[in-house]
Amino acid sequence: MDLLGFIIILVKVLVVFAATMITVMGMIYAERRVSAFMQGRLGPNRVGPKGLLQPIADGIKFFMKEDLIPSGADKPIFILAPAILLIPALMTFAVIPFGSSITIFGREIALQVADVNVGILYILALTSIGVYGIVLAGWSSNSKYSLLGGLRSSAQLISYELAMGLAVVSIILLAGSLRLNDIIADQQGYFLSWNVFKQPLAFIIFLVAVYAETNRLPFDLTEAEQELVGGYHTEYSSLKFAMFFLAEYANMITAAALTVTLFFGGWDVPLLDESSLGLLGAILSVLSFILKMAFFLFLFIWVRWTFPRFRYDQLMRLGWKVLLPLALVNIFLTGGYLTLTAMK
Amino acid sequence: MATIIKSYEPTFWDKLYFPALLKGLMVTIKHFFRQKVTIQYPDERHIPPDGYRGLHRLNKYPDERIKCVACEMCAAACPSNCISIIPGPSPWDDGKERYPVRFDINLLRCIYCGFCEMACPEGAIELTEIYDFSNYSRDDLVIDKDGLLGVYELTKKQNYYTKKSHSPASLPFKTERT
Repeated sequence: MDLLGFIIILVKVLVVFAATMITVMGMIYAERRVSAFMQGRLGPNRVGPKGLLQPIADGIKFFMKEDLIPSGADKPIFILAPAILLIPALMTFAVIPFGSSITIFGREIALQVADVNVGILYILALTSIGVYGIVLAGWSSNSKYSLLGGLRSSAQLISYELAMGLAVVSIILLAGSLRLNDIIADQQGYFLSWNVFKQPLAFIIFLVAVYAETNRLPFDLTEAEQELVGGYHTEYSSLKFAMFFLAEYANMITAAALTVTLFFGGWDVPLLDESSLGLLGAILSVLSFILKMAFFLFLFIWVRWTFPRFRYDQLMRLGWKVLLPLALVNIFLTGGYLTLTAMK
Repeated sequence: MATIIKSYEPTFWDKLYFPALLKGLMVTIKHFFRQKVTIQYPDERHIPPDGYRGLHRLNKYPDERIKCVACEMCAAACPSNCISIIPGPSPWDDGKERYPVRFDINLLRCIYCGFCEMACPEGAIELTEIYDFSNYSRDDLVIDKDGLLGVYELTKKQNYYTKKSHSPASLPFKTERT
């Protein structure tokens, strides 16, 4: 790889990282504002214009707090756990294409950090690693609430990862590739070529599983503040807690981006050929991606402030007895359809 | 006889859950766009409805005579004994013999029932709609005749709270923090 190529990749990494961090801050603000609006309140509106600097104030607060490590905690693991959760959460975004490609100085630059040919497997693998962070945090805290939170998280993982993976399999069957770019290319063009319309069942299963995967409200049994104080992060404070916080929102951003990529045509602008428009097309594609993602991020908050939490056994039943069979049936139908059309 | 209560059997439509979920989402999004109920207190003030019973005032005639004749009906009617009046001979030649030399109301004892207002034969004592008259000491919350007349001057022409965003004039008996 030449030097210029290296610099380009470095710039892309920086841009994506900064964008993720800014989105995280935006999400922290949005979560508080939207929740307040839905309850007829105003929410934070004192720090900066419309309260926009609130996340910075929150960040400073985390920074100034005392960093506690409970006695009897498994110190190395206790310190490592937030990092195990946060790093994969930030890494996943690397393979997601956030726009078509731009050409600068005769060099075509794909708007994606890394074009991995097993992109989906990479994402599924990394999100699963993140759960280790939660489990280890719960285990190393030497606290019953943390432990219960960690246990629930691992149980949640095995019941949702399967259904989610199988929902994704039906998408892979359609696209015939694990590369996210190929999956987007497969959905390009007309509105109805998006995978939501081709695979509505897979979309619903995936969406439900994603909420479980990111520990968001209908399935936030790992933190369940009414039962478990704070769940797996009960004993954490200061910057370590901030890392958990960051990881949760980073996970949400990745999940939203993945939903858009798999089911809503990624950066595809409907009824428009982006490659024929040059730079404008690239900008439009990025905007389209951001808009779609923003909707799913809003949906995360919207759902959180609408639905009550599932009970533990209800969650298990939903995962194993509803979503898994449905996902299998969906794969069977998709496979059958593809075989029949191939025979003709 | 025992009655058998049939439990509700969910239909297939109910079992899908999604229609109900969408309904729930619609409720929250409706609230998202609705008028917010928060009043940002020091910047905005709640305007109380007519008939609100707040801080007292002592009324005057247009020619500056105090309406009160120090009959002490209000003090007698007061269930919390917060009104104390020292009467004296009236300085004005208007056929009324008495007038209050001192007129103190302990705002911390007062329960804002409005009985004094109803008992007053002269329409001298009245409750205004002022509700935020906190102060820095208990002594300063025993309001005297001058204070009560000052409240009258403040509220005789217009309501104390005119607009939601308007910050009202300071009260005559308000003390500064020491």
